[in-house]
Amino acid sequence: MDNMIEIRWHGRGGQGAKTASLLLADAAFNTGKYIQGFPEYGPERMGAPITAYNRISSSPIRLHSNIYEPDYVVVVDDSLLEAVPVTDGLKETGAIVINTTKDADELKPLLKGYKGKVYTIDARKVSEEALGKYFPNTPMLAAIIKVSEIMTEQEFLDDMKDSFKHKFAKKPEVIEGNMKALELALKEVHLINL
Amino acid sequence: MSIRERLSGNEASAIAMKQINPDVVAAFPITPSTEIPQYFSTFVSNGKVDTEFIAVESEHSAMSACIGAEAAGARAMTATSSNGLAFMWEMIYIASSCRLPIVMPLVNRTLSGPLNIHNDHSDAMGIRDAGWIMLFSENNQEAYDNLIMAHRIAEHKDVCLPLAVCQDGFITSHSIENIELIEDDKAKEFIGKYHPEHYLLNAKEPIAVGPMDLQAYHFEHKYQQANAMRNAKKVILEVAKDFEKLTGRKYGLFEEYKLEDAEIAIVCMNSTAGTTKDVVDSLREKGIKAGLLKLRVFRPFPAEEIAKALQNVKAVAVLDKADSLNACGGPLFTDVTSGMYVNNLNVPTVNYIYGLGGRDTTAKDILGVYNDLQEIVKTGNIDNPYRYFGLKRGEK
Repeated sequence: MDNMIEIRWHGRGGQGAKTASLLLADAAFNTGKYIQGFPEYGPERMGAPITAYNRISSSPIRLHSNIYEPDYVVVVDDSLLEAVPVTDGLKETGAIVINTTKDADELKPLLKGYKGKVYTIDARKVSEEALGKYFPNTPMLAAIIKVSEIMTEQEFLDDMKDSFKHKFAKKPEVIEGNMKALELALKEVHLINL
Repeated sequence: MSIRERLSGNEASAIAMKQINPDVVAAFPITPSTEIPQYFSTFVSNGKVDTEFIAVESEHSAMSACIGAEAAGARAMTATSSNGLAFMWEMIYIASSCRLPIVMPLVNRTLSGPLNIHNDHSDAMGIRDAGWIMLFSENNQEAYDNLIMAHRIAEHKDVCLPLAVCQDGFITSHSIENIELIEDDKAKEFIGKYHPEHYLLNAKEPIAVGPMDLQAYHFEHKYQQANAMRNAKKVILEVAKDFEKLTGRKYGLFEEYKLEDAEIAIVCMNSTAGTTKDVVDSLREKGIKAGLLKLRVFRPFPAEEIAKALQNVKAVAVLDKADSLNACGGPLFTDVTSGMYVNNLNVPTVNYIYGLGGRDTTAKDILGVYNDLQEIVKTGNIDNPYRYFGLKRGEK
């Protein structure tokens, strides 16, 4: 399926990578796409490496396997760069998006010769500024939307506002902060040259 | 207009149960089916259904409560996986021999041991001879659709048998995917109300359910069960026809995907069929005549129909996501080949055991099977019919 985009998420248990993959699936669904969002279940515990996946396509998706050659990889925690082979199979026509404060020189040896595009974002800074707490998944969701161009930024923000209203119906006070985190993240994700 | 949604296989099953609105649901949680009774219990507490929800202390009790409720004349459901089903096993046979049309989503997970929470079909294979109708589902849509059709099949007067709707644990149960739901009123109208012919709470007709049944009639009652299973085939197809009128979605005993002119074919069940369709398309683009037979109705087993569907192929691979550990092939393989033999079909057929304990099944794996089949067609040589894929065997 030529029009299918495959995304692999790497995070640590408790950081919300699974939730982010489901929110991404939701947002793409709302723009009329066919979607899959699924985590790779293992012995989950706080801090353990976890993987989650998305497939997004304009035609029905029948494939039911994990993703081995993703178009995009999202790394929610940069300590995983040393622990998990995050660039395995990643297409060089695609990109990797990393939550990190590391610069190009520090990242280069960790990416095992990956020749595609590398984007970074300081999701901690974004999250703490917008929410006063460290929830990396919201900024990373915005970052992958921006990089993958699955939808326009405005479509994404409008859709997320609706879904936060629903998700946080009982604590509306957090909606503004989450929206701010998304908006900030869209500005704070940068292409770097290795 | 149908409702465009995105749901996991478990969510889809719970929504189907909401539309079924059974009188009784008795369940005990077990991964990966836990979410089904969990979501359903929220429908109960929010007043979306008027079901009596019984939080039992084990799966043995869950099935026992369903048996009691169905015998009384109620519509009863449960959901389980793996060892939960194993723990029900004694009562599974009681349900079918009492001819109680209990419906159960069965989210397939490997049967311990070794202990593992992931998908294969070894749980389902434990009840293949238990007198339950067994439907398999490629994705969330089919899990939902099969549940919507389930009661019309199970409760039919020529059938009166319990029914399990299988789907792959985690692979479809926990994957969010697009789905088309039927509007509540139309689903309810399609499912209809339950009017049992005989039931315990009918004061005008006192009966016993499940009494001792010795040499005099035990055999005849087993024969009746077997006949009910034979009858189920026709009923399943009738219900599917009505379902197609309602939704436009066509179901049979199995789905033939590009099988009509195929030279090489795979037979498999559940989510692997979706992956296989993608591989069939890629092979067809290269001019290779590959096809798929995706079995939906495993019990009753459509032996004659399968033999007919495979009559023009030159080689067949049957994929088993469970091993019988019997030194002569997995359960689906032995059923398919026995059906072929009895119907005078002699086509080279091999068996692959795959995906045990959640070993991922990739398009590359399936492509390997079709390559093997092409080789068999070319050389006429099967060598070893008992094969594996995705298995590490010492090689790097």
